[in-house]
Amino acid sequence: MLSSVRTLWYTFLHLFQRNVTVSYPEQMPYLAPRTRGRIILTRDPDGEERCVSCYLCAVACPVDCISLQKTEADGRWYPEHFRINFSRCIFCGFCEEACPTYAIQLTPDFEMSEYNRQNLVYEKEDLLIAGTGKYPDYNFYRVAGLAVPGKDKGEAAHERPPIDIRSLMP
Amino acid sequence: MSRAITAGLLNVVLGLIFLMVAAALLTWIERRLLGFLQDRPGPNRVGPSGVLQVAADGIKLLFKQDWIPPFADPGIFVLAPAISMVTVMLAIAVIPATPVVGIIGNLNVGLLFFLAMSGLGVYSAVLAGWSSNNKYSLLGGMRAAAQMVSYEVFMGLALVGVVMLAGSFNLTTIVHNQLRLWYVVPQFIGFVIFFIGGVAETHRLPFDLPEGESELGAGFHTEYSGMKFGMFFVAEYIGILLVSAMTTVLFLGGWYGPFLPPFVWFGLKTGFFVCFFILLRAALPRPRYDQFMAFGWKLLLPLTLLNILITGALMLGLPAPT
Repeated sequence: MLSSVRTLWYTFLHLFQRNVTVSYPEQMPYLAPRTRGRIILTRDPDGEERCVSCYLCAVACPVDCISLQKTEADGRWYPEHFRINFSRCIFCGFCEEACPTYAIQLTPDFEMSEYNRQNLVYEKEDLLIAGTGKYPDYNFYRVAGLAVPGKDKGEAAHERPPIDIRSLMP
Repeated sequence: MSRAITAGLLNVVLGLIFLMVAAALLTWIERRLLGFLQDRPGPNRVGPSGVLQVAADGIKLLFKQDWIPPFADPGIFVLAPAISMVTVMLAIAVIPATPVVGIIGNLNVGLLFFLAMSGLGVYSAVLAGWSSNNKYSLLGGMRAAAQMVSYEVFMGLALVGVVMLAGSFNLTTIVHNQLRLWYVVPQFIGFVIFFIGGVAETHRLPFDLPEGESELGAGFHTEYSGMKFGMFFVAEYIGILLVSAMTTVLFLGGWYGPFLPPFVWFGLKTGFFVCFFILLRAALPRPRYDQFMAFGWKLLLPLTLLNILITGALMLGLPAPT
């Protein structure tokens, strides 16, 4: 009985506390930087596309909402098209976890309602942004061992020159 | 003669309109206050701070299909919500808001009439549960019958102390007798038990066992929709007003109070209990059915009887106040 009275009192005190809920359209709630919202494709610090068309995001996607096609230019891999069907996307973030080059990232934006379902299919130009997103300094081709125009083998960051396997010298 | 009849009818109609508006507003007040108690704003979109939510809900209820399930007993199915409205309306008619404001506030058996009407109110729940021909409704109806009949007993017995002190069943006389001392002081146990009984009578949370959503769907009104459900709903809210007003009249000195006019005092005291009803809903969980019945019969019944005994002994032992 006494605990009931105490409960009543504590509940009554809540009358004088601030509301936890936010009147959303007028007042934006705080969204953490890592909120999983609209998906973007980012560029590296040089302004090149980060995506290397490895298909890992499409494989990881549990609802198969990502579709892309690889193409190759100057020794680099690019997606020819990159399409995310947001009417299927469940915003699980598995694609972001799977991505080896930090290309695909989820942002705190969630206001993407459409009257027409077809408008929820985002193409590469809708997804691609100008900046680097959450990882400003990361540049995949600068740390990877792959030779691309302007950077030969052994010239990447923290990389030693390749060993001459035909030499007997240590 | 005909002027008296006209005045009486006008009184009744005005009272009816006032009650309907009050009950409708109460739904909004409850949701708003529950919101604040739970650290959220509550309905605040329709109209100024959400007050037109009442109109929106009313329109929605009115325009819903008036559906009677094919397996139900149609006559009784329609009758049950009407009973719940009628009994609670009749019961509230005997309450004197002030010596002049009230429908039949000066009835010489007002208290008995109130108890009789809240006793009849059981039929609405039982008949609704039975005629719905649905197992959850039936379980809800049976629970309602057991709960309301049991708590009727304690409610009636808790009032015996008041009747002994006042020496009258007339609610106006009872209020007049509280000019010097409100009965909440000498009859504190009676006051608490009457209020608990009142919550159980209106089957409001935390004693909403007849309609416990988590176990019975919606209990006896599972099959009801549209305005027939709306009648149960309105009857429940008028029931809150009824119990609050009754508690005010019987224990808190009705319209007596300093400075403010009598009607304002009555409204304030009633409003306090209405808010307490809502606080109860926000704070307390629903007890298990057997715990609830045991609480009634094993704790409240002996307490009320003890209360009557002690009141009687003191009235005999102490010199009568002049």
